[in-house]
Amino acid sequence: MMSNLTRAERANAMVIAGTGAFIGLVMAAAGRGDPMGAHGWIVLAFCGALFFVVGSAYEDPEPTQDRTASYYDDPTKVGILIALFWAVVGMGMGVWVASQLAWPDLRFDAAWSSFGRIRPVHTSGVIFGFGGNALIATSFHIMQRTCRARMPDQVTPWFVLLGFNLFCIVASSGYLMGVTQSKEYAEPEWYADLWLVVVWVVYFVLYIRTLARRNEPHIYVANWYYLAFILVVAVLHIVNNLAVPASLTGAKSYSAFAGVQDAMTQWWYGHNAVAFFLTSGFLGMLYYFLPKRAERPIYSYRLSILSFWGITFFYIWAGSHHLHYTALPHWVQTLGMTFSVMLLVPSWASAGNALMTLNGAWHKVRDDATLRFMMVAAVFYGLSTFEGSFMAIRPVNGLSHYTDWTVGHVHAGAMGWVALISFGSIYALAPVLWRRETIYSWKAVEWHFWLALAGTVIYVFAMWNSGITQGLMWRTYTESGTLAYSFTDTLVAMHPYYVARTFGGLLFLIGACIGAWNVVMTIRRMPSETPERDYPTSSESREPALPAAE
Amino acid sequence: MDIPHEWFVGFSKSFGLFYLIALSVGITAYAFWPSLGNRFDKAAKSILDDEDGPARGDDGSDPEDEPCR
Ligand code: HEM
Ligand code: HEM
Repeated sequence: MMSNLTRAERANAMVIAGTGAFIGLVMAAAGRGDPMGAHGWIVLAFCGALFFVVGSAYEDPEPTQDRTASYYDDPTKVGILIALFWAVVGMGMGVWVASQLAWPDLRFDAAWSSFGRIRPVHTSGVIFGFGGNALIATSFHIMQRTCRARMPDQVTPWFVLLGFNLFCIVASSGYLMGVTQSKEYAEPEWYADLWLVVVWVVYFVLYIRTLARRNEPHIYVANWYYLAFILVVAVLHIVNNLAVPASLTGAKSYSAFAGVQDAMTQWWYGHNAVAFFLTSGFLGMLYYFLPKRAERPIYSYRLSILSFWGITFFYIWAGSHHLHYTALPHWVQTLGMTFSVMLLVPSWASAGNALMTLNGAWHKVRDDATLRFMMVAAVFYGLSTFEGSFMAIRPVNGLSHYTDWTVGHVHAGAMGWVALISFGSIYALAPVLWRRETIYSWKAVEWHFWLALAGTVIYVFAMWNSGITQGLMWRTYTESGTLAYSFTDTLVAMHPYYVARTFGGLLFLIGACIGAWNVVMTIRRMPSETPERDYPTSSESREPALPAAE
Repeated sequence: MDIPHEWFVGFSKSFGLFYLIALSVGITAYAFWPSLGNRFDKAAKSILDDEDGPARGDDGSDPEDEPCR
């Protein structure tokens, strides 16, 4: 891997890692006695390790000059493997969280293992760790293919990928120590937020630089979705995390917003995190890998453009549906509700476009579990957006809000759509990336598919039942006008569903473990593909290493 | 910096409405512009076979004029 970097690039990487290690040391020293100090040691260890990995290969021969003939895929490969690692960790945490709700003793009485701390490890682990790495890795792949251009340099993609993972590690280790801003999906404290801004801006610039080198006149629509993901997440992240640290040597900070403004800013962020993190980028994946796998162009390219702008401009206004019946002005709630309902149109246009692409290729869907992952993901995308638009209607939300119905909706989207499209894309991508004839075990892909589908269905149905039961029990009155059920009554009613949810989640987790194993075995055991035509290869090992002609 | 609530409401309800309408019209026109059909078809097909490496001319020799492979 290191043999693809020139000596100058290795030196650059070492400077960056060295600077990071120094910053870690400063944090560790300044933040003594505060969680920030512990984070300093983590940063130091992470960057120090990278420094030595690059340093030990510094004297290795340089790559030959044929690099421009191939795409730069090393960061993509590592990104896919890291995504699978986070999938197992994040979903494992999910199963633990679910088990705690069913059997509270599984909390084990330690501070770090309490529900409030491991829950955000689950959410950040799956959304940022698994989803984020899958998005970054596939975006590197897709931007180069669709532009027919290699990335402009080889250090930046590593900076983005590893820098993002450093953020994820700091975030989840912080939760376990009790560090949080109490903003859902934006829990990490100010220094982690600042670091993510740096990484994200570099990511954006990298994407634009690659696009600027493109050899295709038209920018393929998948890139638009990825760009919207990168750009809007940057804006959301910066605004929602505006805060003043209580001190420069501690983790605690205070938000720049207060009261209902704070709530609105948070849910403008929160809902657009759903829109641009959990939807837009994954639609980019869908628009690239689904047609490719089905070997048919997308059903309507024009429709994909139209739904792109529809999704981008409607979603931005929908966040206030999280704040129905609150102190938020009524007209803002109505605005969010209206836009949420309108959102159904571009959402279904995308889902329909994907399914129409498969029309005529249903035999492939039947035979190929990878394509089936993508097909079912599109169906769940359609389902969860329909459900979302429905739940955004104020009186419906009056029933669903605060209940497990929301959690069911979340996981119909997160497991059924986000995770399935990612797994499908990873299965499609792995043999191409590692130049293997095919995936190691097709049987295992089938198993994964059915486990994931069964797990999702069990999870979502359990939560729908639980949520609606809970919501109705809360609003049942006796004849004398008092509440008919105590809170404990509702918990007792929900218990069986919590057990079922844990079981569904376990199936889903087993599927993810099988997937990770299968990809690793593909890399280790499958014979390399004998190319039909001359693949441009990079200059790794096999070719003579010429000294760089300076 | 004291912007009254009424001003925000007025702004959202007037400018907000018209700029969204203008955007929708513009985008629909772009998406369905007849002469762009060819380009869109080509783009849709372009991803089906794209593993043959970056296009030549990457080294600065005016890649825009290269035929897409
Ligand atoms: C193995 C599968 C999974 C299990 C067992 C699981 C379990 C859970 C549990 C128990 C909660 C807490 C619910 C509560 O507080 O009442 C939760 C929340 C959440 N999970 Fe998962 N999860 C899984 C997969 C995923 C995936 C793949 C994603 C995203 C890609 C995800 C995203 C979320 C989000 C966003 C929340 C917060 C929901 C909210 O605040 O309403 N989960 N999950
Ligand atoms: C048209 C599209 C969608 C609309 C209109 C929509 C609407 C909603 C509504 C009304 C809620 C409940 C808010 C509340 O009562 O607090 C919600 C929650 C949520 N939705 Fe969606 N949704 C859509 C699509 C999706 C998709 C595709 C995903 C996931 C990939 C998703 C993830 C979530 C999450 C994570 C929450 C929980 C937020 C929280 O309270 O922590 N949504 N959505």
